[in-house]
Amino acid sequence: MKISNQTLYNINKNEYHAQQESTLKDAMEMGLTEDEFYLICNKIKKIPNKTELGIFSAMFSEHCSYKSSKKWLKTMPTKAKHVIQGPGENAGVIDIGDNLAAVFKIESHNHPSFIEPYQGAATGVGGILRDVFTMGARPIALLNALRFGSPSELLTKHHVSGVVKGIGGYGNCIGIPTVGGETNFDKSYNGNILVNAMAVGLANKNRIFYSAATGAGNPVIYVGAKTGRDGIHGATMASTEFTDNSSEKRPTVQVGDPFTGKLLLESCLELMSTDAVLSIQDMGAAGLTSSSVEMASKGSLGMYLNLDLVPIREDKMTSYEIMLSESQERMLMILKPGSEEKAKSIFDKWDLDFAVIGEVTKTGRLILDKDGFEACNIPINPLVEDAPEYDRPYEIIQNKNTIKINELNINYTVDKILAKIFENPNISSKRWIWEQYDSSVMGDTISSNGKSDASIVKIHGTENSKSLGKGIAMTTDCTPRYVKSDPINGGMQAVCEAARNIAASGAKPLAITNNLNFGNPEKKNIMGEIVGSIKGISKAASFLNTPIVSGNVSLYNETNGKEILPTPVIGMVGVIDEVENCLEMNAKEDNTLLVLGQSENFTEGWIGCSIYQEIENKIIDAAPPPVNLEKEKKIIDILLQLHTKNLLTAAHDISDGGLLTTICEMLFKNNLGLNLNLPKSLLKSDSKDPILHSWCFGEDQGRIIVATDKIDKVNLFLKDSNLDYFVLGKTNASNNLNLKDITTICISSSKNLFEKTLPLIMGKHK
Amino acid sequence: MRSGVTIFPGSNCDRDIIVALKNITGKTPIKMWHKDTEFPNLDLIVIPGGFSFGDYLRCGALAARSPVIKNIKNHISRGGAVLGICNGFQILIEAGILPGSLIRNKKLLFTCRDTMLEIQDTIISPFLSGLKKEHHLNIPVAHNEGNFFASETLLNELKNDGRIAFRYIKEVNNDTDYNPNGSSNDIAGILSKNGRVLGMMPHPERAINNLHGGTDGLKFLTKSFEQIIG
Repeated sequence: MKISNQTLYNINKNEYHAQQESTLKDAMEMGLTEDEFYLICNKIKKIPNKTELGIFSAMFSEHCSYKSSKKWLKTMPTKAKHVIQGPGENAGVIDIGDNLAAVFKIESHNHPSFIEPYQGAATGVGGILRDVFTMGARPIALLNALRFGSPSELLTKHHVSGVVKGIGGYGNCIGIPTVGGETNFDKSYNGNILVNAMAVGLANKNRIFYSAATGAGNPVIYVGAKTGRDGIHGATMASTEFTDNSSEKRPTVQVGDPFTGKLLLESCLELMSTDAVLSIQDMGAAGLTSSSVEMASKGSLGMYLNLDLVPIREDKMTSYEIMLSESQERMLMILKPGSEEKAKSIFDKWDLDFAVIGEVTKTGRLILDKDGFEACNIPINPLVEDAPEYDRPYEIIQNKNTIKINELNINYTVDKILAKIFENPNISSKRWIWEQYDSSVMGDTISSNGKSDASIVKIHGTENSKSLGKGIAMTTDCTPRYVKSDPINGGMQAVCEAARNIAASGAKPLAITNNLNFGNPEKKNIMGEIVGSIKGISKAASFLNTPIVSGNVSLYNETNGKEILPTPVIGMVGVIDEVENCLEMNAKEDNTLLVLGQSENFTEGWIGCSIYQEIENKIIDAAPPPVNLEKEKKIIDILLQLHTKNLLTAAHDISDGGLLTTICEMLFKNNLGLNLNLPKSLLKSDSKDPILHSWCFGEDQGRIIVATDKIDKVNLFLKDSNLDYFVLGKTNASNNLNLKDITTICISSSKNLFEKTLPLIMGKHK
Repeated sequence: MRSGVTIFPGSNCDRDIIVALKNITGKTPIKMWHKDTEFPNLDLIVIPGGFSFGDYLRCGALAARSPVIKNIKNHISRGGAVLGICNGFQILIEAGILPGSLIRNKKLLFTCRDTMLEIQDTIISPFLSGLKKEHHLNIPVAHNEGNFFASETLLNELKNDGRIAFRYIKEVNNDTDYNPNGSSNDIAGILSKNGRVLGMMPHPERAINNLHGGTDGLKFLTKSFEQIIG
């Protein structure tokens, strides 16, 4: 690098400081440990300047390096015949037939959303969408998994309102339908809410784009929005615990611009339809740092960037700031030499910045110039390969306490409990939330927001004379209280529930993206939750042949030392060959309801860790319902077989709130009634009978209620299947669910409770 | 039928209406990029929904100043038909082609859901004359600024001139929430003086097959197109 007098005059004061040697103190302020600082000096054989240190601290952060979880993530099942790309790229890719690929991923934006709910959630959506279209896929659906604090806290309302507006604000504007998700409340999230956003896209199986840099000398292109000072060191913030002063970190929250996101989406897809793009990487966490380093590292090459050429929107930004900014809606690309002009014309058309900022090199080093000086010159390998990998001590605590039903102190009658269940914000309708999301834009939404157990979006252009076309089924699931009591079992349960939901919508479960949200991994019990749930998820995913193809880990979800409930969210994707055959959860009149996976002799339900137990006894110190993987697999197979024979009219998985809750939910839409069959031994119970309660509200796994208008054929089929089932009765127009002489539940009143709970909580809070 | 669909940066229902137009008329409409000014003569121009220019400044305000708007005005002066859906309705108002204003929903929340529309007695309009008044239309809305607001004088004028095309109505008697945005007189769509420009908040292109939950959008679009070609 030649330094002329001219350039010497041009260096600004802050840039001069950024290029000065750093100290251990700087390293600690950036979230690195003393050992990590010395490791860095050792590996690069010099003391890094502040820009170089900033780049290391971002790459070594938990968020980018997965240093606490990597050891265990490697043990997850990631392969299957239908997997095209597993973890390690921007998103996972699976083969869904007809030359098509589904590209999907879930990602957290927890820490920023707590500090600034609207922007945190909006950029979470924007970020996950970029991950998907970076792979060359057009996003077709968004989902989310949200966890908020106690509904009675004022701050919770502020969070719910802001996060929901933020998710809608981005998704609605960019025009991708938000079709499903889940929302729970628990006081453990008071100080750390969870905002996990999932995006699903579609691509031609042979036109997937990857991030590995190719060809020394090829131009490196920056496109999209300009770089500002927003979000500097966001990845580092997301890798530490919160304290009471965390709101001071508001300036490190990124600001989203869905309009620019839409332009970037359209322009990138337009460019990707040509042959100009060799590799592409979005600038997400740790911005230009992680995108350039990952591209170079994956291609075993180096990269030279002239930071003076980066489009900036604020004056005098330093190399440190440019490299660590998390400004949104930006992409880094490597183009085929000579195609720059063609590419530029596309971005000009969409009024987006386009700049050639450097080139791929053979050096294996990241070299950055700024103001005519070399601001950074470090080897790429140590940034990725030498990122620490910790084998943190762990202890998996599995609660083995079982609840003895007869020892329960019963306070309420069946109907009263049911009312309390529907008033529970974790069960109640989330209409207040999902009506704020555009769920029907793109015109392909078949089922959204609870019409069926999984959301279904039609694959555009697959319609033919026989069918309206193929569809993708999607769901997100996790029951954190089960995971808390038994991480292994809870991990398995989340996978199984997701698979049941996909199957209950009429689709075949195919693959998983997961979002592992936990507290501080430096604590033995938290690390135990991480390891335990990974074991559970792995076991179930491998048994059901639904491999994990992408995911994200969010740790340090603690405030003042109090951790969240362990929340390993499973996002699952499946395929339905003919969308017109999707199954709703709403039963129709004169249909027979039967529960698959439960026998006539079954009377004592599992109430440990159930919603019922929370309502009746306020104890959660018990083992969650056990998971039997063989049964889970079988029930999915049988359900899909029954459905293929066209014997089913509706299906709904039994989860939170148990059998009775599930039946009611199926009757709600059409205000139906049912004279419920009871097992013989329960016929004489009264409305406070503990066994009856456990039968009604137990949360035993591996059960799905199906509806049929061809009960004889279903009976015939099931007799040979060796699967337990129990006929619950025939739906009628009465609007009453009768439990013999024990009690009668008015369906429309229950629905009223179910619908009004969340609006009451949110009240006038907008 | 020769039709065109305008595309502004931030339009996001352009593909949806193109699919609907193609399915119904058998012809793919031309795409009208906002910066372009040369187009063949058309029978119908659709301004689709979305967030043109990110809804920055005011919904539709920036799009209404785009070069393509001049073509739309010329098309209207030649007696051409224009359908503005959602953001398209907002753009028509901002361009001064339709009167009134669309302000934020009464609850200050984005709302996406089904609505029931009652067809009003109107002046002759290709968009309505093929429809039977007693048949209500079930068509979804998805917007943040769909609350039609106008002076009493204008509201009376629209009513007396037969320019109110659709009103939101109750599906069932006890439904207190049938109007999704709080618009004056439950107005969901209005017509120009000559009846050939319709602005509406609901999205007919999202109700064109049974899996959408209904085909009233298909019915509305099909009847409109039949009338437009005459």
